[in-house]
Amino acid sequence: MSTFMQVLITGLGRGAVYALLALGFVIIYKATEVVNFAHGSIALVGGYLVFVLRDSVGLPWIVAALGGIVTSAVLALLVERLLISKARLAHHDSLAILTIGLDTIFLTEIIRRLGVSDNPNLFPSVKPLRIGDVSIQGIYLVSMITALIIIGVFFVVFQKTNWGTSMRAQAENKEAASLMGIRSGRVTASAWVVGGALAGVAILFIASPSFAGSGLSATSHALALAAFPAAIVGGLSSTEGAIVGGIVVGLTNSFGEFYVDKLFATVAVYLVMVLVLVFKPSGLFGKVEQRRV
Amino acid sequence: MSDTNVTTAPATAVAPTNDDISHDPAVKALVKPTVWQRWRLTIGMVIFAVVMFLLPLYLAPDDLSNGVAVMTAAVGGFGLTMLLGQAGLLSLAHSAFMLVGAISYTVLASQSTYKPDPDKGQVLDHFGIGLPPLIALIGAVLIAGLAGGLFAPVSGRVKGIYLGLASLALVYIMFFVSKKFPELAGHASGRPVPGFSIFGFDVDVSTPELFIMNVPIGRAERLWWLYAILMGIAYVLMRGAINGRIGRAWRAVRDNEAMATVMGVNVARTKMMAFIISSAYAGLAGVMAVWQLQLLTPDESAEQGKFSLVTAISYLALVVIGGMGSLLGAVLGALIVFGMPPILNAAMQTGGAAATSGTAFSPTVIATFIYGALIVLIIMFEPRGFAGIGDRILGLFTGRGRKNTAGLVDSGDQPGGREDADPTEGTDAETKV
Repeated sequence: MSTFMQVLITGLGRGAVYALLALGFVIIYKATEVVNFAHGSIALVGGYLVFVLRDSVGLPWIVAALGGIVTSAVLALLVERLLISKARLAHHDSLAILTIGLDTIFLTEIIRRLGVSDNPNLFPSVKPLRIGDVSIQGIYLVSMITALIIIGVFFVVFQKTNWGTSMRAQAENKEAASLMGIRSGRVTASAWVVGGALAGVAILFIASPSFAGSGLSATSHALALAAFPAAIVGGLSSTEGAIVGGIVVGLTNSFGEFYVDKLFATVAVYLVMVLVLVFKPSGLFGKVEQRRV
Repeated sequence: MSDTNVTTAPATAVAPTNDDISHDPAVKALVKPTVWQRWRLTIGMVIFAVVMFLLPLYLAPDDLSNGVAVMTAAVGGFGLTMLLGQAGLLSLAHSAFMLVGAISYTVLASQSTYKPDPDKGQVLDHFGIGLPPLIALIGAVLIAGLAGGLFAPVSGRVKGIYLGLASLALVYIMFFVSKKFPELAGHASGRPVPGFSIFGFDVDVSTPELFIMNVPIGRAERLWWLYAILMGIAYVLMRGAINGRIGRAWRAVRDNEAMATVMGVNVARTKMMAFIISSAYAGLAGVMAVWQLQLLTPDESAEQGKFSLVTAISYLALVVIGGMGSLLGAVLGALIVFGMPPILNAAMQTGGAAATSGTAFSPTVIATFIYGALIVLIIMFEPRGFAGIGDRILGLFTGRGRKNTAGLVDSGDQPGGREDADPTEGTDAETKV
């Protein structure tokens, strides 16, 4: 029973991080209808900045972490302002391919900069916690708490503030929203900023050995790819779905890893995604696209 | 496509019966191909054959092996450019189908090998059937096509970008298969791949006995010719498919599924055929890839390696750079994406420690930057890729008349122009994925 609890908590802890990534991904998709393939590498750039600020500049960890989160947010903002918003005429599926191009550039550059040095660990080690006979890895507890706070704050903001209302209005109907006086440029830009910042938070956990087995490296980017199945399982257009999808992916991963093996755990996530897509082509909570003929 | 309705509707109204108007002499005159349109494929293939026959006599073996890699990529690119540009289906699983082809060929063509085992005496090391290479090649292509067909429950239902993400799963599944079944896909040290031979003409020769113009015809030259022949066949077949009935069905489905259904196109079957043909091409490219290496080794991870996500993305880059749906564009894209690293390597004269130390701007890094940047720039400024740029340049010489036909009619491998008389059709359709 205690191992079951341990695997469960590992899954929830990982799921919380995937949920953060997937949430950012979904926010960007809702605002611009662009599937942001560069999400993983935007996170990676933020992670690299944390490493530079902490190890080369020598700032305390918390400042460096904030710097990394801000970097990811600014990078996402730049991508939106300089590229996505300028290519309005392109179909949004083409824009997704554009972000694939960006992703290859960012990823190659960061991997080149990291070189053959040791993969830096971005998260300070947290002592494992013992409750009864269940030992919980500290990082999963921290990730769960962080994700709970961030997601809670996000949903309050999303439901109660002007920004949230304009976001939802724009996701509903872009033309009508802009006729009502909502500045669509600001809304999309802020969506990218929020998405980038969430990716910046997630990389802090992903690039730590106790989470992923290695520090900041190409593997972190590969792990961040799990945000895709998470977002797809929940449905690309649903913020609640992103949370559910993230947890499903995290649990699938940790149970697959414990009961079968590590190789299967990665594949299992994608198998779950394909299964969901076969039965619900728009994901669990996604809006079913209805087409007028 | 919508235009066909508009133009045929009055014609059928005027005609006394509702017969097929394609036999009407006036209609026939309207769609009659010009002499150039009728002969350009033959002329092009003759030029291609002569050039490809002569090149190995002048190029160095290194250039030949780079050229062979580019031809492999071009064949794979034909499949993906059709899928993305003609049928409008996004796939990130091209490398997975390549792996299906590579494994199938190796299993079909090679004999089973056994290794000594202390307990049982002999255990199966690699499983093989031992068919002749040609049969194995055809089998591998068919199996890869079948794998594409098996994906139909997903590819038929899931649309647009969802499909791209769903196909990502195939890369992971095939990586898993290649790791879990080393008897089929080779152990970490690799599994030898039988070379191609037909009627006693063997591609893998150690000592060349054949000389043409004093050039020894060794493995590099033979491989080049074999790949050139395969690429020529692949091009002609795909061009025929795109020009033919199924090509029109693909474009109809891409532009508007509801409209395609109304016009009598079976949407599910058309999409499945697109996936089957595309993955068969990927399978052929996979076989060509392992022929060149002579060794099938599983990738280290699902993200990096010969049959990994990176390769799938390179193929996508190739298609976008060349112009979605354009076959000649795919050749150009293959040259840029897969031919650039060795060219840069030769130009930079690096090699040695600097190129491998990780932090250096190695040719591969620079090539990746260039093609990443090209994807971004092409989507931003010319969604039709280099095929579109080529059309624009041709348009400068032939005047404005071409513009009215949206650059589709004469672009060689962007057929269907006769039907797509709508000037906006060409540009509009290309931006859709």
